[in-house]
Amino acid sequence: MNSPAPKLPISLLANPRLSSWVKFTGDGRVAISPGKVEIGQGIVTALAQIAADELDVDLSKVEMIRASTAASPNEGVTSGSLSIQQSGRALRHVCAEVRQRFLLAASERLGVDEALLTIDDGMISGPGNVRTSYWELAGDVSLDHDATAGAAAKSAAERAVAGHSVQRVDIPHKVFAKPRFIHDQALPGLLHGRVLRPDISGAGLTGLDETAARAVPGLVAIARDGGFAGVVAESEAAAEAALKALRIGATWSAGEPLPDEDDLAGFLKSQPVETTLIDSRTAASAKTAVRTLRRQYTRPYIAHASIAPSCAMARWEGDRVQVWTHSQGVYLLRADLAIVLKLPAENIVVEHMEGAGCYGHNAADDVALDAVLLAKAAGGHPIRVQWSRHDEMTHSPFGAAMAIEIEADLDADNEIIGWRHAIWSNGHAARPGRAAQPALLAATEIANPYPRMISTNPPAANGGGGDRNSVPLYDFPAWTITSHRLLTMPVRTSALRTLGGQGNVFAIETLLDEIAILRGEDPIAFRLRHLRDERAKDVIRATARRAAWKPQRQAGIGHGVGFARYKNTGAYCAAIAEIEGADDIRVKRLTLAVDVGEAINPDGVINQIEGGAIQATSWVLKERVRFCRTRITSASWTDYPILTFSEVPAVDIEIIQRPEIEPVGAGEAAHGPVTAAIANAVFDCLGVRVCDLPITRDRIIAAMELAS
Amino acid sequence: MPSVQFRLNGAATAVDTDPDQMLLDVLRSGLGITGAHFGCGAGECGACHVMVGDRAMTSCDMPMWSVADKDVVTVEGLGTAERPHPLQRAFISEQAMQCGYCVPGILISAAALLKRNPSPSEAEVRAALDRNLCRCGSHNRIVRAVLRAASEMAAP
Repeated sequence: MNSPAPKLPISLLANPRLSSWVKFTGDGRVAISPGKVEIGQGIVTALAQIAADELDVDLSKVEMIRASTAASPNEGVTSGSLSIQQSGRALRHVCAEVRQRFLLAASERLGVDEALLTIDDGMISGPGNVRTSYWELAGDVSLDHDATAGAAAKSAAERAVAGHSVQRVDIPHKVFAKPRFIHDQALPGLLHGRVLRPDISGAGLTGLDETAARAVPGLVAIARDGGFAGVVAESEAAAEAALKALRIGATWSAGEPLPDEDDLAGFLKSQPVETTLIDSRTAASAKTAVRTLRRQYTRPYIAHASIAPSCAMARWEGDRVQVWTHSQGVYLLRADLAIVLKLPAENIVVEHMEGAGCYGHNAADDVALDAVLLAKAAGGHPIRVQWSRHDEMTHSPFGAAMAIEIEADLDADNEIIGWRHAIWSNGHAARPGRAAQPALLAATEIANPYPRMISTNPPAANGGGGDRNSVPLYDFPAWTITSHRLLTMPVRTSALRTLGGQGNVFAIETLLDEIAILRGEDPIAFRLRHLRDERAKDVIRATARRAAWKPQRQAGIGHGVGFARYKNTGAYCAAIAEIEGADDIRVKRLTLAVDVGEAINPDGVINQIEGGAIQATSWVLKERVRFCRTRITSASWTDYPILTFSEVPAVDIEIIQRPEIEPVGAGEAAHGPVTAAIANAVFDCLGVRVCDLPITRDRIIAAMELAS
Repeated sequence: MPSVQFRLNGAATAVDTDPDQMLLDVLRSGLGITGAHFGCGAGECGACHVMVGDRAMTSCDMPMWSVADKDVVTVEGLGTAERPHPLQRAFISEQAMQCGYCVPGILISAAALLKRNPSPSEAEVRAALDRNLCRCGSHNRIVRAVLRAASEMAAP
């Protein structure tokens, strides 16, 4: 039985031509071109599964084409846990329609009623042993048609590949060191570039003595464009040596002062802001508050801290440039490059190539412009530009620091009757390709520079930014949610996983925990009592069951719970943390349940949730971008430590499969709930609330001093 | 330029190089062996691990003179798709990564561990991998894969 035909998915409305998504190739394979890119999450495999299912071809026959502005559908950016939702939905629809068109053609050629034909691994056959195939018919069936709303995809029960854990297509290459990463690609005549960036935050290049750099063997050119400077060399070692020599000859302006890292809330609340009322509701019958709890929560700036430094390649040919990038949005990057280069977009081809996991908007786009600018001095050679670890940790955009104030009005029974949640934060997005001005770092350095783009917040319809997950899913009778976005930006911020979601869920779930305990009510029972959505309750109940909530009290051990539905529209996730609290906090075990609707690749979903849970643990226990008043000081792994193998908790995950419900992404679902679960477990263990992330020994001691 | 001789993935290798040049540079740029990855250039993340003798070591800060006459193994030397190392098989079976950029260095650390200690405990595996950073949160899958490879190698 077929499910009813949906209206066209959003990515298909923007890119309706069937042939831009699917091609049957001469070698008996099918080429699938999604506009979304692999950022280390197995998305490309999940999309291949969807295509294989709808087309009835073996997964091994599906070849996934890397996104490029030369040919791929424009699906904007690979972010927000939307790839399965957007690209998957489009591909499912496209492949269903392609299948239907081929069945029609096969029916005509074979003289067999369409309803009697079956497809098995691309072979189309019918009664009387008649057969043909996609590839035999490919010449007759044009896919240069726009998708219609008429095609019906298979029902959940008919799917054979989607919904199952298949092995990812990229993993063998990575295990056997076949070049897949942009860092590993060999191009004939490849040169290497490095860019000179200041140590002082916001400083500009005022003078440059090139003498020492010019003496470095292997130097090809020194590129200058206003305050942008870099070297082109025959080898990476020569490029490094030349950059070192160039740095000695550089003089810089004073830069811009940074805030006090020990008073982030004070800084955030003292800046000029744009204030937005996110949501409000008023109680039908207003009660009088007996008391009001006022709490402030903060989270620091957090680095993306990819394991690979950002990297790009570029090659000029006349007034045309080819760019290879691990950007999350090839078309968006191209739009910004076109502005900076003052070239029509069609002169620029941007092709995706894998990088390390980025977890949001890191320096991937910045380094692409660096490569394009340096390639101008490379005499038509391709050039690879790679950032240093230092620059990756100091010049990439960071996840924005947040200060969150919640006031909860309680009645005589300590029931919540009013709720006011206010956020102070820089915007959480300054991605390229979305404004009249470019968002790329070098654009602020060149002659005739563009101003640094002040981060904004995506609209509520896209899940919001600083306000993401700030509207409670709980049925409080009244609330006011306000977001104050900073109009200054001394520390550069842009999208990091969950945007404001992690901070807001931490704040809401911590205060809920406090109120439940004030009431003497079990925190899980308290949450369930305030939720109306059965899917929400199911993940909480499943987690509680799996963690045998609430385990018996033991000295030195604490348990805590956290819950959120990502963006309030995406994946449901609940987490229970078990921690050990002695001198330091050690997270021993995380138990999670998640509902992403249909899990296309269940093991892929588990991998994403597990990865998110571990990354969130690292954020909560360790991570904080450090700075003094003049520079970012957390420039290395020593100064910006992340969780190590010995510190990683056991992670146990249950997926609630709902094959009949449209799938949503999993990559960002765990961060908020895990953050809250750990914070609540710390209270359970030590009896103090740490309201400022990260939860370090110093913070715990400070909270204890405050409590006494 | 002086020549430095060493064994690379079992083959005698001679490289004309400045002896102070880093091994990672020579591998990636000079020899086109790209399995070992650049991550930090300071020996802090383990993405560039290679095996020297039976120890996993960072190659980004290892000058060429220090590997003269030594046995160096990169991930390319562990095995191939046709003849995989048990660790490589296990990483595929356990789908033990997300982005995978850190994986070659981790495979080398794990291979060195199994050479010294063929049946490590989970805690020993974790300790042996503490100098390898993973940002995606694939740690537990990786540990499972190493333990799986160890038990496979121990099976008669």
